[in-house]
Amino acid sequence: MAKIELSHGSGGNKARNIIKDIFVSKFSNPILNIPDDSAKVEGDLAFTTDSFVVDPIFFPGGDIGKLSVCGTVNDLSMKGAKPLYLSVAFIIEEGFEIDDLEKIASSMAKEMKNAGVLIVTGDTKVIDRKNIVPQMYITTSGIGKIPKGIDISSKNAEIGDSIILSGTIADHGIAIMNARNDFGFKGDLKSDCACLNGIVGKFISKDVRVLRDPTRGGLAASLNEIAEASGVGIVIEEEKIPVLPQIKAACDLLGLDPMHVANEGKLVAFVKHSYADKALKAVKSHKLGKNAAIIGKAVKELSGVFIRTKVGSLRPLGMLEREQLPRIC
Amino acid sequence: MEVCGTHTVSISKNGIRGVLSKNIRLISGPGCPVCVTPQGEIDAAIELSKKPGVVITTFGDMIRVPGTTSSLEKEKAGGADVRIVYSPLDCLDMAKNEPEKEIVFIGVGFETTSPTIAGTVLKAKEQKINNFSVLSAFKLIPPALEAISNAKDIKVDGFILPGHVSTIIGAKAYSFLKIPGVIAGFEAWDILRAIGMIVEMMKGLENSGGAIHELPVQIQYKSVVRDDGNPAALKVLYEVFEAADSNWRGIGIIPGSGLVFRNRYKSFDALRRFKVKVKNAKEPRGCACGKILKGALTPFECPLFGKKCTPDNPVGPCMVSSEGACSAYYRYGKN
Repeated sequence: MAKIELSHGSGGNKARNIIKDIFVSKFSNPILNIPDDSAKVEGDLAFTTDSFVVDPIFFPGGDIGKLSVCGTVNDLSMKGAKPLYLSVAFIIEEGFEIDDLEKIASSMAKEMKNAGVLIVTGDTKVIDRKNIVPQMYITTSGIGKIPKGIDISSKNAEIGDSIILSGTIADHGIAIMNARNDFGFKGDLKSDCACLNGIVGKFISKDVRVLRDPTRGGLAASLNEIAEASGVGIVIEEEKIPVLPQIKAACDLLGLDPMHVANEGKLVAFVKHSYADKALKAVKSHKLGKNAAIIGKAVKELSGVFIRTKVGSLRPLGMLEREQLPRIC
Repeated sequence: MEVCGTHTVSISKNGIRGVLSKNIRLISGPGCPVCVTPQGEIDAAIELSKKPGVVITTFGDMIRVPGTTSSLEKEKAGGADVRIVYSPLDCLDMAKNEPEKEIVFIGVGFETTSPTIAGTVLKAKEQKINNFSVLSAFKLIPPALEAISNAKDIKVDGFILPGHVSTIIGAKAYSFLKIPGVIAGFEAWDILRAIGMIVEMMKGLENSGGAIHELPVQIQYKSVVRDDGNPAALKVLYEVFEAADSNWRGIGIIPGSGLVFRNRYKSFDALRRFKVKVKNAKEPRGCACGKILKGALTPFECPLFGKKCTPDNPVGPCMVSSEGACSAYYRYGKN
């Protein structure tokens, strides 16, 4: 009998198959079937939900509370929507420190204020303790309003579009791994966890066609999903993709490819070529977009996602089939 | 031939095959530790995971390798206690914190890995930790290269030698080589430079009528590799282990290519402690991992590659391990 393995939740092909074979096949409807981060309902509303099970719950650059607000705000923002209202549900194991719960709630409140959204409803459940250190899990849902004339979707990329990346990749995944496993890397490894609605507000326009925040599965997964949904080829330049030196060093040590490592405060945008320079300038004007770059374009002559490597060779950049694991030697 | 799996990945990831002259063909060698571990040893690890009170600890992708009927990952989903560790010393903390459990480390890897495990065993002995043991499936690189050099069904002109293994064993460990070898780093430019050095060495051989007048091995990865390697690590390694004949997947028994516990450390031998025997297991039908591991076939020449055997549903270990040739070729393509 097949059972759920951890890799079914990793955002790679195995996770996609479960979503396709079980959830989409049972729940299928025209709104769900568009593979975007949020659903578009009632004409101009974006609606989304996300669960957070991060371990450890406090990590450099954030905590589970901040992450749960940013995650849902970002899913709404990636539809071009202005995030408005959030719900929050807590599942807490008995034995959890109330002081910690308070810290998490404070950090959610702070992020809520930053992003200009309101938490308007919620729920709390306490369950038997299952872990040595009691855990907590958060689910947030949110709705936002899509401005008039804005139509953003993974399926809207067009040949010739320029691809903008808002900053360095792999910061979140590596920071979490370092915190979880106590690798003792001494460099400045901090999660990039942040709300992206501010940055989207800087450059949103009818010439923006696709927005994605490359979380689990990394930049590679987002680009592959866009290529498939829009039916375009994608070529990106390895040299243009910003990676912090300390993150690159950690990836090299562990045998991980930063292209597949999670981010929590970055976006990738497909914009009409003629708007690209202006959009880049706008993104760079935001404090979260200082390292932004145009990393590539959508093309006709190729199918799928390709990367031009540092030595000038073109190779496919696939989705990760499963979660990356550190190598043995 | 690039011997090391990390080189295979770097070559594929950087698209190095795509920028080389047609006269240079890179073939992937046996340097992926997970890949060369025979199925019988995987089965033994799975058998250990089913023993009551046993906690299996292992590095990364070992948990996915399919044994004859299961994998550690599947056993974990079914309730076995299987944990990924990043340092073998973590096992000692577990052993201390959970004295009622038996912590078994699945020891897979080459000379880069084995000294740290040997060091852990020494520490366990010093701290009188009795609920820690190791399944030793460790392998040594030089005997495997000697076997490949002498094999009749493959012709290798030069070796890109492993960087990390060589930091431990040193350049002198390859003094038996009769063809050019360069110890290389892992960046694209390191590998391109090493290929250039091998070509120069081959030209030198041609000009001298095939006679080698100097040590054939050169070091490109000079920042960390020395002629003598790391004597302190080697001392720890051979305090705990001694060389013994070992079975390599696809290649077979290579004399003196594995590591077994010396008598005075036998109590740390998990196979002995739990009376588990490594059986001869049949390789999966149609799987060409064996031939791929010694460079006789490329992954594209395996009939299962990309069809029945994918990273989602791997048949052989070369598709499971991220360092495996099949996984690298599948993920990064032919360039």
